[in-house]
Amino acid sequence: MYKILNAFLKINRRWIFLLVLLGVLIPLVLGKGLTRSYPGDEVVKVYNFLNNLEEGDIIIASMDYDPATIPELNPMARAVLRHCFNKGIRVVSLTLHPAGPGVVITLIDELLREYSQPGVNPDGSVRPVRKYGEDIVFLGYKVGTAVNILALGEDVRLSWPQDYAGVELPAYGSDPTQTTLPLMCDVQNYSDVKCVVTISGTRIPEYWVAYGYQRYHVKVATGCTAVMFADFYPYLQTGQMIGLLPGMKGAADYEELINRPARAMVGMLPQSIVHLMIVGFIILGNIAFFIVRRWEKKGGGNR
Amino acid sequence: MKNKWLLFLIGLGMAVVVGFLSHFTFYTTGEDDTLQMHTWLGLTLAAILTLFIYTFLYKDNPLYKFAEHLLVGTSAGYYLVIYYHNSVKPNMIDQIVAGFQQIGHMRAEGTFNFVDSILTNAGIWAIVPGIFGFMILFRLSRKLSWLSRYSFGFYIGTAMGMYIPVGFQASIVEQIRGTIVHSAAVEPTPVFNLTYFGEFFSHPTWGGFVQAISGPLVIVGIFCTLMYFFFSKEHTGVFGAFSKVGIWFLMVGFGASFGATVMARISLLIGRMDFLINDWFRGLILPLFGGG
Repeated sequence: MYKILNAFLKINRRWIFLLVLLGVLIPLVLGKGLTRSYPGDEVVKVYNFLNNLEEGDIIIASMDYDPATIPELNPMARAVLRHCFNKGIRVVSLTLHPAGPGVVITLIDELLREYSQPGVNPDGSVRPVRKYGEDIVFLGYKVGTAVNILALGEDVRLSWPQDYAGVELPAYGSDPTQTTLPLMCDVQNYSDVKCVVTISGTRIPEYWVAYGYQRYHVKVATGCTAVMFADFYPYLQTGQMIGLLPGMKGAADYEELINRPARAMVGMLPQSIVHLMIVGFIILGNIAFFIVRRWEKKGGGNR
Repeated sequence: MKNKWLLFLIGLGMAVVVGFLSHFTFYTTGEDDTLQMHTWLGLTLAAILTLFIYTFLYKDNPLYKFAEHLLVGTSAGYYLVIYYHNSVKPNMIDQIVAGFQQIGHMRAEGTFNFVDSILTNAGIWAIVPGIFGFMILFRLSRKLSWLSRYSFGFYIGTAMGMYIPVGFQASIVEQIRGTIVHSAAVEPTPVFNLTYFGEFFSHPTWGGFVQAISGPLVIVGIFCTLMYFFFSKEHTGVFGAFSKVGIWFLMVGFGASFGATVMARISLLIGRMDFLINDWFRGLILPLFGGG
Protein backbone atom coordinates (compact mmCIF):
# COMPACT_ATOMS: atom_id res chain seq x y z
CA MET A 1 0.00 0.00 0.00
CA TYR A 2 2.83 2.35 0.93
CA LYS A 3 4.51 1.68 -2.40
CA ILE A 4 1.30 2.34 -4.32
CA LEU A 5 0.64 5.61 -2.52
CA ASN A 6 4.26 6.67 -2.86
CA ALA A 7 4.21 5.84 -6.56
CA PHE A 8 0.99 7.87 -6.84
CA LEU A 9 2.76 10.89 -5.32
CA LYS A 10 5.65 10.53 -7.77
CA ILE A 11 3.45 9.92 -10.82
CA ASN A 12 4.95 11.17 -14.07
CA ARG A 13 3.13 14.37 -15.04
CA ARG A 14 2.76 13.08 -18.60
CA TRP A 15 0.11 10.62 -17.40
CA ILE A 16 -1.86 13.56 -16.03
CA PHE A 17 -1.49 15.37 -19.37
CA LEU A 18 -2.76 12.25 -21.12
CA LEU A 19 -5.80 11.96 -18.83
CA VAL A 20 -6.64 15.65 -19.29
CA LEU A 21 -6.30 15.22 -23.05
CA LEU A 22 -8.68 12.25 -23.00
CA GLY A 23 -11.10 14.18 -20.81
CA VAL A 24 -11.21 16.89 -23.46
CA LEU A 25 -11.03 14.71 -26.57
CA ILE A 26 -13.70 12.12 -25.83
CA PRO A 27 -16.67 14.53 -25.43
CA LEU A 28 -15.51 16.55 -28.44
CA VAL A 29 -15.16 13.47 -30.65
CA LEU A 30 -18.57 12.23 -29.54
CA GLY A 31 -19.96 15.72 -30.19
CA LYS A 32 -21.57 15.93 -26.78
CA GLY A 33 -22.09 19.18 -24.88
CA LEU A 34 -23.97 20.41 -21.84
CA THR A 35 -27.69 20.57 -22.44
CA ARG A 36 -28.10 23.63 -20.28
CA SER A 37 -26.18 26.15 -18.23
CA TYR A 38 -27.25 28.02 -15.08
CA PRO A 39 -26.42 31.68 -15.67
CA GLY A 40 -24.78 33.62 -12.88
CA ASP A 41 -26.12 36.99 -11.70
CA GLU A 42 -23.27 38.90 -13.30
CA VAL A 43 -24.14 37.45 -16.73
CA VAL A 44 -27.89 37.96 -16.29
CA LYS A 45 -27.22 41.65 -15.58
CA VAL A 46 -25.55 42.11 -18.97
CA TYR A 47 -28.31 40.17 -20.71
CA ASN A 48 -31.08 42.14 -18.99
CA PHE A 49 -29.44 45.45 -19.78
CA LEU A 50 -29.15 44.66 -23.49
CA ASN A 51 -32.54 42.99 -23.58
CA ASN A 52 -34.23 46.11 -22.19
CA LEU A 53 -32.79 48.36 -24.90
CA GLU A 54 -35.08 49.61 -27.66
CA GLU A 55 -34.77 48.59 -31.30
CA GLY A 56 -32.40 51.03 -33.00
CA ASP A 57 -30.44 51.82 -29.84
CA ILE A 58 -26.67 51.86 -30.32
CA ILE A 59 -23.90 50.22 -28.33
CA ILE A 60 -20.13 50.16 -28.71
CA ALA A 61 -18.61 46.68 -28.85
CA SER A 62 -14.92 46.95 -28.06
CA MET A 63 -13.55 43.53 -28.97
CA ASP A 64 -10.06 43.75 -27.59
CA TYR A 65 -8.66 40.25 -28.00
CA ASP A 66 -6.27 38.28 -30.14
CA PRO A 67 -6.24 34.74 -31.60
CA ALA A 68 -4.80 33.33 -28.35
CA THR A 69 -8.06 33.93 -26.47
CA ILE A 70 -10.49 33.02 -29.26
CA PRO A 71 -11.77 29.82 -27.54
CA GLU A 72 -13.08 31.83 -24.59
CA LEU A 73 -13.95 35.17 -26.09
CA ASN A 74 -15.21 34.45 -29.60
CA PRO A 75 -18.26 32.45 -28.37
CA MET A 76 -18.98 35.32 -25.97
CA ALA A 77 -18.72 38.01 -28.66
CA ARG A 78 -20.78 35.87 -31.05
CA ALA A 79 -23.55 35.40 -28.47
CA VAL A 80 -23.66 39.13 -27.59
CA LEU A 81 -23.73 40.17 -31.26
CA ARG A 82 -26.46 37.62 -32.05
CA HIS A 83 -28.48 39.05 -29.18
CA CYS A 84 -28.00 42.57 -30.57
CA PHE A 85 -28.87 41.51 -34.12
CA ASN A 86 -32.03 39.71 -32.96
CA LYS A 87 -33.09 42.70 -30.85
CA GLY A 88 -32.29 45.29 -33.53
CA ILE A 89 -29.60 46.94 -31.42
CA ARG A 90 -27.07 48.68 -33.65
CA VAL A 91 -23.40 48.03 -32.96
CA VAL A 92 -20.33 50.21 -33.46
CA SER A 93 -17.49 47.72 -33.12
CA LEU A 94 -13.81 48.46 -32.73
CA THR A 95 -10.72 46.90 -31.26
CA LEU A 96 -7.99 48.31 -29.04
CA HIS A 97 -5.80 45.21 -29.42
CA PRO A 98 -3.27 45.23 -32.28
CA ALA A 99 -3.99 41.59 -33.13
CA GLY A 100 -7.74 42.15 -32.93
CA PRO A 101 -8.79 43.24 -36.45
CA GLY A 102 -8.34 39.85 -38.12
CA VAL A 103 -10.29 38.08 -35.40
CA VAL A 104 -13.12 40.62 -35.24
CA ILE A 105 -13.67 41.04 -38.97
CA THR A 106 -13.83 37.25 -39.39
CA LEU A 107 -16.50 37.04 -36.69
CA ILE A 108 -18.52 39.94 -38.12
CA ASP A 109 -18.34 38.44 -41.64
CA GLU A 110 -19.56 35.10 -40.27
CA LEU A 111 -22.52 36.73 -38.50
CA LEU A 112 -23.43 38.95 -41.45
CA ARG A 113 -23.52 35.84 -43.66
CA GLU A 114 -25.82 34.19 -41.09
CA TYR A 115 -28.10 37.26 -41.03
CA SER A 116 -27.94 37.94 -44.81
CA GLN A 117 -31.29 36.25 -45.52
CA PRO A 118 -34.53 36.33 -43.49
CA GLY A 119 -35.04 33.07 -41.67
CA VAL A 120 -35.77 31.39 -38.38
CA ASN A 121 -33.41 31.05 -35.44
CA PRO A 122 -32.95 27.59 -33.88
CA ASP A 123 -35.28 28.62 -31.02
CA GLY A 124 -38.06 29.41 -33.51
CA SER A 125 -37.76 33.21 -33.38
CA VAL A 126 -37.57 35.25 -36.57
CA ARG A 127 -34.05 35.93 -37.81
CA PRO A 128 -33.99 39.42 -39.32
CA VAL A 129 -31.69 40.63 -42.08
CA ARG A 130 -28.75 42.68 -40.83
CA LYS A 131 -26.41 44.70 -43.01
CA TYR A 132 -22.96 46.17 -42.65
CA GLY A 133 -23.15 49.95 -42.39
CA GLU A 134 -26.75 49.99 -41.13
CA ASP A 135 -26.70 47.56 -38.22
CA ILE A 136 -23.00 47.17 -37.54
CA VAL A 137 -19.83 49.01 -38.41
CA PHE A 138 -16.27 47.91 -37.72
CA LEU A 139 -13.85 50.76 -37.15
CA GLY A 140 -10.70 48.67 -36.81
CA TYR A 141 -7.70 49.21 -34.54
CA LYS A 142 -5.96 52.36 -33.39
CA VAL A 143 -2.83 52.61 -31.26
CA GLY A 144 -3.28 54.06 -27.77
CA THR A 145 -5.92 52.58 -25.47
CA ALA A 146 -6.48 55.51 -23.11
CA VAL A 147 -6.20 58.17 -25.81
CA ASN A 148 -8.79 56.45 -28.00
CA ILE A 149 -11.24 55.90 -25.14
CA LEU A 150 -10.95 59.59 -24.26
CA ALA A 151 -11.29 60.59 -27.92
CA LEU A 152 -14.52 58.59 -28.18
CA GLY A 153 -15.91 60.86 -25.48
CA GLU A 154 -15.46 63.86 -27.79
CA ASP A 155 -15.94 62.57 -31.33
CA VAL A 156 -15.38 59.10 -32.72
CA ARG A 157 -13.98 60.69 -35.89
CA LEU A 158 -10.96 62.04 -33.99
CA SER A 159 -9.55 58.52 -33.69
CA TRP A 160 -11.41 56.74 -36.44
CA PRO A 161 -12.00 59.04 -39.44
CA GLN A 162 -12.58 55.91 -41.55
CA ASP A 163 -13.95 52.43 -40.94
CA TYR A 164 -11.83 49.27 -41.21
CA ALA A 165 -12.31 49.12 -45.00
CA GLY A 166 -11.15 52.73 -45.39
CA VAL A 167 -14.62 54.22 -46.02
CA GLU A 168 -14.84 57.81 -44.74
CA LEU A 169 -17.24 58.16 -41.78
CA PRO A 170 -20.17 60.49 -42.61
CA ALA A 171 -20.54 63.69 -40.58
CA TYR A 172 -22.64 63.45 -37.41
CA GLY A 173 -26.29 64.19 -38.18
CA SER A 174 -25.76 64.08 -41.96
CA ASP A 175 -28.23 62.52 -44.42
CA PRO A 176 -28.04 58.73 -43.95
CA THR A 177 -29.18 58.10 -47.53
CA GLN A 178 -26.01 59.72 -48.85
CA THR A 179 -23.56 57.26 -47.27
CA THR A 180 -22.79 53.57 -47.12
CA LEU A 181 -22.40 53.86 -43.33
CA PRO A 182 -25.76 55.35 -42.23
CA LEU A 183 -25.27 54.04 -38.68
CA MET A 184 -22.42 56.48 -38.17
CA CYS A 185 -24.66 59.48 -38.96
CA ASP A 186 -26.18 58.89 -35.50
CA VAL A 187 -22.95 58.48 -33.54
CA GLN A 188 -20.66 61.21 -32.32
CA ASN A 189 -19.66 60.28 -28.79
CA TYR A 190 -20.76 58.36 -25.68
CA SER A 191 -23.95 60.41 -25.35
CA ASP A 192 -25.26 58.61 -28.47
CA VAL A 193 -24.63 55.08 -27.18
CA LYS A 194 -26.33 53.13 -24.40
CA CYS A 195 -23.28 51.25 -23.21
CA VAL A 196 -19.86 49.87 -24.06
CA VAL A 197 -19.45 46.10 -24.11
CA THR A 198 -15.74 45.38 -23.83
CA ILE A 199 -14.64 41.82 -24.50
CA SER A 200 -11.00 41.36 -23.67
CA GLY A 201 -8.27 39.01 -22.51
CA THR A 202 -6.23 41.96 -21.22
CA ARG A 203 -6.66 44.76 -18.65
CA ILE A 204 -8.35 47.00 -21.21
CA PRO A 205 -11.74 46.81 -19.35
CA GLU A 206 -10.04 48.68 -16.48
CA TYR A 207 -9.22 51.48 -18.93
CA TRP A 208 -12.87 51.54 -20.01
CA VAL A 209 -13.92 51.88 -16.38
CA ALA A 210 -11.31 54.55 -15.59
CA TYR A 211 -11.59 56.69 -18.72
CA GLY A 212 -15.02 55.75 -20.09
CA TYR A 213 -17.12 55.35 -16.94
CA GLN A 214 -15.33 57.71 -14.56
CA ARG A 215 -14.65 60.47 -17.09
CA TYR A 216 -17.74 60.24 -19.34
CA HIS A 217 -20.14 58.11 -17.24
CA VAL A 218 -20.78 55.65 -20.07
CA LYS A 219 -22.02 52.27 -18.79
CA VAL A 220 -19.52 49.44 -19.19
CA ALA A 221 -20.25 45.71 -19.48
CA THR A 222 -17.29 43.35 -19.59
CA GLY A 223 -16.55 39.97 -21.05
CA CYS A 224 -13.17 38.57 -20.05
CA THR A 225 -11.07 35.43 -19.86
CA ALA A 226 -11.43 33.28 -16.77
CA VAL A 227 -7.95 34.35 -15.64
CA MET A 228 -9.05 37.97 -15.42
CA PHE A 229 -12.50 37.85 -13.90
CA ALA A 230 -11.37 37.72 -10.27
CA ASP A 231 -9.59 41.04 -10.87
CA PHE A 232 -12.72 42.66 -12.29
CA TYR A 233 -15.18 41.64 -9.56
CA PRO A 234 -14.39 44.71 -7.40
CA TYR A 235 -15.56 46.92 -10.27
CA LEU A 236 -18.77 44.92 -10.51
CA GLN A 237 -19.39 45.10 -6.76
CA THR A 238 -18.93 48.87 -6.77
CA GLY A 239 -21.33 49.33 -9.68
CA GLN A 240 -18.67 50.55 -12.09
CA MET A 241 -19.52 47.67 -14.42
CA ILE A 242 -23.09 46.71 -15.22
CA GLY A 243 -22.20 43.03 -15.56
CA LEU A 244 -19.46 40.53 -16.26
CA LEU A 245 -19.13 37.51 -18.55
CA PRO A 246 -16.39 35.33 -17.03
CA GLY A 247 -14.60 33.07 -19.51
CA MET A 248 -16.16 30.13 -21.32
CA LYS A 249 -18.69 29.73 -18.51
CA GLY A 250 -19.90 33.30 -19.10
CA ALA A 251 -20.17 32.58 -22.83
CA ALA A 252 -22.16 29.38 -22.17
CA ASP A 253 -24.45 31.30 -19.79
CA TYR A 254 -25.10 33.93 -22.43
CA GLU A 255 -25.79 31.24 -25.06
CA GLU A 256 -28.32 29.76 -22.63
CA LEU A 257 -29.97 33.15 -22.07
CA ILE A 258 -30.40 33.83 -25.80
CA ASN A 259 -31.58 30.23 -26.39
CA ARG A 260 -28.75 29.57 -28.80
CA PRO A 261 -26.44 26.80 -27.50
CA ALA A 262 -23.21 26.93 -29.48
CA ARG A 263 -19.49 26.31 -29.05
CA ALA A 264 -19.23 27.49 -25.44
CA MET A 265 -21.96 25.08 -24.39
CA VAL A 266 -20.16 22.26 -26.22
CA GLY A 267 -16.89 23.28 -24.55
CA MET A 268 -18.37 23.28 -21.06
CA LEU A 269 -18.74 19.47 -20.94
CA PRO A 270 -15.01 18.71 -21.35
CA GLN A 271 -14.38 21.73 -19.11
CA SER A 272 -16.51 20.20 -16.35
CA ILE A 273 -14.94 16.74 -16.81
CA VAL A 274 -11.41 18.13 -16.53
CA HIS A 275 -12.36 20.26 -13.52
CA LEU A 276 -13.71 17.18 -11.73
CA MET A 277 -10.57 15.30 -12.71
CA ILE A 278 -8.31 18.03 -11.30
CA VAL A 279 -10.33 18.29 -8.07
CA GLY A 280 -10.06 14.48 -7.78
CA PHE A 281 -6.29 14.62 -8.29
CA ILE A 282 -5.94 17.34 -5.65
CA ILE A 283 -8.01 15.39 -3.10
CA LEU A 284 -6.28 12.05 -3.81
CA GLY A 285 -2.85 13.68 -3.84
CA ASN A 286 -3.44 15.34 -0.48
CA ILE A 287 -4.82 12.14 1.11
CA ALA A 288 -1.85 10.13 -0.19
CA PHE A 289 0.58 12.83 0.98
CA PHE A 290 -0.74 12.85 4.55
CA ILE A 291 -0.97 9.03 4.80
CA VAL A 292 2.59 8.55 3.48
CA ARG A 293 3.94 11.28 5.79
CA ARG A 294 2.25 9.67 8.77
CA TRP A 295 3.64 6.22 7.93
CA GLU A 296 7.11 7.62 7.38
CA LYS A 297 7.01 9.38 10.77
CA LYS A 298 5.91 6.16 12.49
CA GLY A 299 7.98 3.44 10.85
CA GLY A 300 10.01 4.86 8.02
CA GLY A 301 7.58 3.55 5.42
CA ASN A 302 8.82 -0.06 5.43
CA ARG A 303 5.49 -1.55 4.46
CA MET B 1 24.31 24.40 -35.41
CA LYS B 2 23.16 21.52 -37.57
CA ASN B 3 19.66 21.78 -36.04
CA LYS B 4 19.48 25.48 -36.84
CA TRP B 5 20.13 24.85 -40.53
CA LEU B 6 17.61 22.01 -40.53
CA LEU B 7 14.94 24.23 -38.96
CA PHE B 8 15.75 27.02 -41.40
CA LEU B 9 15.38 24.65 -44.35
CA ILE B 10 12.10 23.21 -43.02
CA GLY B 11 10.71 26.77 -42.60
CA LEU B 12 11.91 27.88 -46.02
CA GLY B 13 10.53 24.73 -47.64
CA MET B 14 7.13 25.21 -46.01
CA ALA B 15 7.00 28.86 -47.10
CA VAL B 16 7.86 27.96 -50.72
CA VAL B 17 5.28 25.15 -50.83
CA VAL B 18 2.56 27.35 -49.33
CA GLY B 19 3.37 30.21 -51.71
CA PHE B 20 3.40 27.92 -54.76
CA LEU B 21 0.29 25.89 -54.00
CA SER B 22 -1.81 28.80 -52.73
CA HIS B 23 -2.64 29.73 -56.34
CA PHE B 24 -4.51 26.52 -57.03
CA THR B 25 -8.06 25.50 -56.24
CA PHE B 26 -7.87 22.28 -54.30
CA TYR B 27 -11.30 20.70 -54.19
CA THR B 28 -14.90 21.77 -53.87
CA THR B 29 -17.08 21.00 -50.89
CA GLY B 30 -20.35 22.15 -52.42
CA GLU B 31 -21.96 24.06 -55.26
CA ASP B 32 -20.58 27.50 -54.42
CA ASP B 33 -18.25 26.59 -51.64
CA THR B 34 -14.93 26.27 -53.37
CA LEU B 35 -12.16 25.50 -50.95
CA GLN B 36 -9.02 27.28 -52.03
CA MET B 37 -5.65 25.65 -51.69
CA HIS B 38 -4.42 28.45 -49.43
CA THR B 39 -7.33 27.83 -47.04
CA TRP B 40 -6.55 24.12 -46.98
CA LEU B 41 -2.86 24.72 -46.46
CA GLY B 42 -3.45 27.45 -43.90
CA LEU B 43 -5.63 25.21 -41.76
CA THR B 44 -3.33 22.22 -42.21
CA LEU B 45 -0.29 24.28 -41.28
CA ALA B 46 -2.13 25.58 -38.21
CA ALA B 47 -2.96 22.00 -37.24
CA ILE B 48 0.62 20.82 -37.74
CA LEU B 49 2.04 23.75 -35.76
CA THR B 50 -0.47 23.10 -32.96
CA LEU B 51 0.78 19.51 -32.76
CA PHE B 52 4.40 20.75 -32.86
CA ILE B 53 3.69 22.98 -29.85
CA TYR B 54 2.00 20.17 -27.90
CA THR B 55 5.06 17.91 -28.36
CA PHE B 56 6.61 20.02 -25.57
CA LEU B 57 4.37 18.20 -23.10
CA TYR B 58 6.51 15.12 -23.69
CA LYS B 59 9.83 16.99 -23.70
CA ASP B 60 11.60 19.91 -25.30
CA ASN B 61 12.44 19.16 -28.93
CA PRO B 62 13.34 20.85 -32.26
CA LEU B 63 9.75 20.70 -33.56
CA TYR B 64 8.53 22.71 -30.56
CA LYS B 65 11.43 25.13 -30.91
CA PHE B 66 10.64 25.63 -34.60
CA ALA B 67 6.97 26.41 -33.90
CA GLU B 68 7.89 28.68 -30.99
CA HIS B 69 10.42 30.68 -33.02
CA LEU B 70 8.01 30.90 -35.93
CA LEU B 71 5.37 32.36 -33.61
CA VAL B 72 7.78 34.89 -32.10
CA GLY B 73 9.10 35.92 -35.52
CA THR B 74 5.72 36.28 -37.23
CA SER B 75 4.28 38.11 -34.20
CA ALA B 76 7.17 40.60 -34.20
CA GLY B 77 6.75 41.20 -37.93
CA TYR B 78 2.97 41.50 -37.62
CA TYR B 79 3.10 43.99 -34.74
CA LEU B 80 5.78 46.06 -36.51
CA VAL B 81 3.57 46.43 -39.59
CA ILE B 82 0.43 47.11 -37.53
CA TYR B 83 2.11 49.81 -35.44
CA TYR B 84 3.69 51.40 -38.50
CA HIS B 85 0.41 51.61 -40.42
CA ASN B 86 -1.73 52.60 -37.42
CA SER B 87 0.59 55.00 -35.66
CA VAL B 88 3.88 55.97 -37.28
CA LYS B 89 2.54 56.57 -40.79
CA PRO B 90 -0.81 58.32 -40.10
CA ASN B 91 0.26 60.21 -36.97
CA MET B 92 3.76 61.25 -37.99
CA ILE B 93 4.85 60.68 -41.59
CA ASP B 94 1.56 61.69 -43.24
CA GLN B 95 1.21 64.69 -40.91
CA ILE B 96 4.72 65.95 -41.61
CA VAL B 97 4.32 65.47 -45.37
CA ALA B 98 0.99 67.35 -45.25
CA GLY B 99 2.66 70.11 -43.20
CA PHE B 100 5.43 70.61 -45.76
CA GLN B 101 2.91 70.47 -48.60
CA GLN B 102 0.97 73.27 -46.90
CA ILE B 103 4.16 75.34 -46.70
CA GLY B 104 4.85 74.58 -50.36
CA HIS B 105 1.34 75.75 -51.38
CA MET B 106 1.68 78.92 -49.32
CA ARG B 107 5.03 79.72 -50.85
CA ALA B 108 3.66 79.12 -54.35
CA GLU B 109 0.68 81.37 -53.61
CA GLY B 110 2.91 83.96 -51.96
CA THR B 111 1.01 83.76 -48.66
CA PHE B 112 3.88 82.30 -46.64
CA ASN B 113 4.25 83.79 -43.17
CA PHE B 114 5.76 82.47 -39.95
CA VAL B 115 2.55 82.28 -37.91
CA ASP B 116 0.28 80.55 -40.45
CA SER B 117 2.94 78.42 -42.11
CA ILE B 118 4.94 77.27 -39.10
CA LEU B 119 3.41 78.09 -35.71
CA THR B 120 -0.17 76.98 -36.45
CA ASN B 121 0.84 74.25 -38.91
CA ALA B 122 -0.04 71.11 -36.92
CA GLY B 123 1.69 68.86 -39.44
CA ILE B 124 5.10 70.43 -38.91
CA TRP B 125 4.78 70.05 -35.15
CA ALA B 126 4.44 66.27 -35.58
CA ILE B 127 8.25 66.37 -35.95
CA VAL B 128 8.53 66.94 -32.17
CA PRO B 129 6.93 63.64 -31.05
CA GLY B 130 8.82 62.02 -33.93
CA ILE B 131 12.12 63.22 -32.43
CA PHE B 132 11.01 62.05 -28.96
CA GLY B 133 10.18 58.63 -30.38
CA PHE B 134 13.52 58.45 -32.19
CA MET B 135 15.35 59.34 -28.98
CA ILE B 136 14.01 56.15 -27.36
CA LEU B 137 16.20 54.19 -29.79
CA PHE B 138 19.29 55.66 -28.08
CA ARG B 139 18.50 53.21 -25.30
CA LEU B 140 20.57 50.78 -27.36
CA SER B 141 23.69 52.93 -26.98
CA ARG B 142 25.53 52.86 -23.66
CA LYS B 143 26.96 56.35 -24.16
CA LEU B 144 23.83 58.09 -25.42
CA SER B 145 21.16 56.19 -23.51
CA TRP B 146 20.57 59.28 -21.32
CA LEU B 147 18.79 60.86 -24.29
CA SER B 148 16.02 58.26 -24.05
CA ARG B 149 15.22 59.41 -20.49
CA TYR B 150 13.65 62.62 -21.80
CA SER B 151 11.25 60.58 -23.96
CA PHE B 152 10.40 58.18 -21.15
CA GLY B 153 9.97 61.07 -18.72
CA PHE B 154 7.55 62.80 -21.08
CA TYR B 155 5.66 59.57 -21.74
CA ILE B 156 5.39 58.49 -18.11
CA GLY B 157 4.48 62.00 -16.96
CA THR B 158 1.69 62.31 -19.52
CA ALA B 159 0.34 58.82 -18.82
CA MET B 160 0.37 59.42 -15.07
CA GLY B 161 -1.30 62.79 -15.44
CA MET B 162 -4.05 61.19 -17.49
CA TYR B 163 -4.52 58.15 -15.27
CA ILE B 164 -4.10 59.34 -11.68
CA PRO B 165 -7.37 61.33 -11.31
CA VAL B 166 -9.63 58.67 -12.91
CA GLY B 167 -7.62 55.67 -11.73
CA PHE B 168 -7.64 56.92 -8.14
CA GLN B 169 -11.40 57.35 -8.32
CA ALA B 170 -12.04 53.94 -9.94
CA SER B 171 -9.56 51.81 -8.01
CA ILE B 172 -9.32 53.46 -4.60
CA VAL B 173 -12.17 55.86 -3.80
CA GLU B 174 -14.89 53.63 -5.27
CA GLN B 175 -13.41 50.53 -3.64
CA ILE B 176 -13.34 52.19 -0.21
CA ARG B 177 -16.92 53.27 -0.80
CA GLY B 178 -17.77 49.68 -1.80
CA THR B 179 -16.45 48.51 1.55
CA ILE B 180 -18.83 50.84 3.38
CA VAL B 181 -21.97 50.67 1.23
CA HIS B 182 -23.32 48.35 -1.49
CA SER B 183 -22.79 51.03 -4.13
CA ALA B 184 -23.98 48.80 -7.02
CA ALA B 185 -27.48 48.63 -5.53
CA VAL B 186 -30.18 51.01 -6.76
CA GLU B 187 -30.47 52.41 -3.24
CA PRO B 188 -27.08 51.98 -1.55
CA THR B 189 -27.28 50.11 1.77
CA PRO B 190 -24.54 49.69 4.38
CA VAL B 191 -22.27 46.67 3.89
CA PHE B 192 -22.44 45.93 7.63
CA ASN B 193 -26.20 45.70 7.96
CA LEU B 194 -27.64 43.99 11.07
CA THR B 195 -31.15 43.93 9.57
CA TYR B 196 -29.96 41.11 7.25
CA PHE B 197 -29.28 38.99 10.36
CA GLY B 198 -32.79 39.79 11.63
CA GLU B 199 -34.28 38.72 8.28
CA PHE B 200 -32.21 35.53 8.31
CA PHE B 201 -33.24 34.52 11.84
CA SER B 202 -36.92 35.23 11.13
CA HIS B 203 -36.89 33.36 7.76
CA PRO B 204 -33.77 31.13 7.67
CA THR B 205 -32.71 30.51 4.06
CA TRP B 206 -29.32 29.84 2.48
CA GLY B 207 -29.54 33.07 0.44
CA GLY B 208 -30.42 35.05 3.58
CA PHE B 209 -27.45 33.56 5.41
CA VAL B 210 -25.03 34.47 2.61
CA GLN B 211 -26.49 37.99 2.42
CA ALA B 212 -26.15 38.42 6.20
CA ILE B 213 -22.54 37.29 6.51
CA SER B 214 -21.12 38.68 3.25
CA GLY B 215 -20.89 42.25 4.59
CA PRO B 216 -19.11 41.40 7.87
CA LEU B 217 -16.90 38.95 5.93
CA VAL B 218 -15.77 41.72 3.56
CA ILE B 219 -14.93 44.02 6.47
CA VAL B 220 -13.10 41.32 8.49
CA GLY B 221 -11.25 40.19 5.34
CA ILE B 222 -10.02 43.68 4.49
CA PHE B 223 -9.02 44.46 8.08
CA CYS B 224 -7.11 41.21 8.62
CA THR B 225 -5.42 41.28 5.19
CA LEU B 226 -4.22 44.83 5.83
CA MET B 227 -2.89 43.64 9.20
CA TYR B 228 -0.86 40.95 7.42
CA PHE B 229 0.80 43.59 5.20
CA PHE B 230 1.70 45.76 8.20
CA PHE B 231 5.36 44.87 8.62
CA SER B 232 6.42 47.54 11.15
CA LYS B 233 5.27 45.37 14.04
CA GLU B 234 6.08 41.75 14.83
CA HIS B 235 3.23 39.38 13.99
CA THR B 236 2.66 38.01 17.51
CA GLY B 237 -0.20 37.95 20.02
CA VAL B 238 -3.55 39.44 18.98
CA PHE B 239 -1.91 41.23 16.08
CA GLY B 240 -0.43 37.91 14.90
CA ALA B 241 -3.83 36.23 15.15
CA PHE B 242 -5.40 38.91 12.95
CA SER B 243 -2.59 38.63 10.38
CA LYS B 244 -3.05 34.80 10.35
CA VAL B 245 -6.73 35.28 9.53
CA GLY B 246 -5.53 37.69 6.82
CA ILE B 247 -3.35 34.90 5.38
CA TRP B 248 -6.42 32.65 5.20
CA PHE B 249 -8.29 35.30 3.24
CA LEU B 250 -5.31 35.68 0.92
CA MET B 251 -5.16 31.90 0.42
CA VAL B 252 -8.85 31.81 -0.50
CA GLY B 253 -8.20 34.63 -2.98
CA PHE B 254 -5.23 32.81 -4.52
CA GLY B 255 -7.29 29.61 -4.68
CA ALA B 256 -10.03 31.41 -6.60
CA SER B 257 -7.44 32.87 -8.97
CA PHE B 258 -5.82 29.45 -9.47
CA GLY B 259 -9.20 27.84 -10.19
CA ALA B 260 -9.97 30.57 -12.70
CA THR B 261 -6.56 30.09 -14.32
CA VAL B 262 -7.16 26.34 -14.67
CA MET B 263 -10.51 27.09 -16.31
CA ALA B 264 -8.87 29.52 -18.73
CA ARG B 265 -6.06 27.13 -19.68
CA ILE B 266 -8.43 24.22 -20.20
CA SER B 267 -10.60 26.49 -22.35
CA LEU B 268 -7.58 27.11 -24.58
CA LEU B 269 -6.95 23.35 -24.83
CA ILE B 270 -10.62 22.78 -25.69
CA GLY B 271 -10.39 25.48 -28.36
CA ARG B 272 -7.34 23.86 -29.98
CA MET B 273 -8.81 20.35 -29.80
CA ASP B 274 -12.10 21.62 -31.23
CA PHE B 275 -10.10 23.14 -34.10
CA LEU B 276 -8.12 19.93 -34.68
CA ILE B 277 -11.15 17.63 -34.56
CA ASN B 278 -13.91 19.66 -36.14
CA ASP B 279 -12.34 22.35 -38.32
CA TRP B 280 -9.32 20.43 -39.57
CA PHE B 281 -9.94 16.69 -39.36
CA ARG B 282 -13.70 16.56 -39.96
CA GLY B 283 -13.78 19.68 -42.15
CA LEU B 284 -10.76 19.05 -44.34
CA ILE B 285 -9.15 15.66 -43.96
CA LEU B 286 -12.23 13.41 -43.91
CA PRO B 287 -13.74 14.94 -47.08
CA LEU B 288 -10.48 14.15 -48.88
CA PHE B 289 -11.18 10.48 -48.28
CA GLY B 290 -14.86 10.76 -49.08
CA GLY B 291 -15.96 10.97 -45.46
CA GLY B 292 -17.30 13.81 -43.34
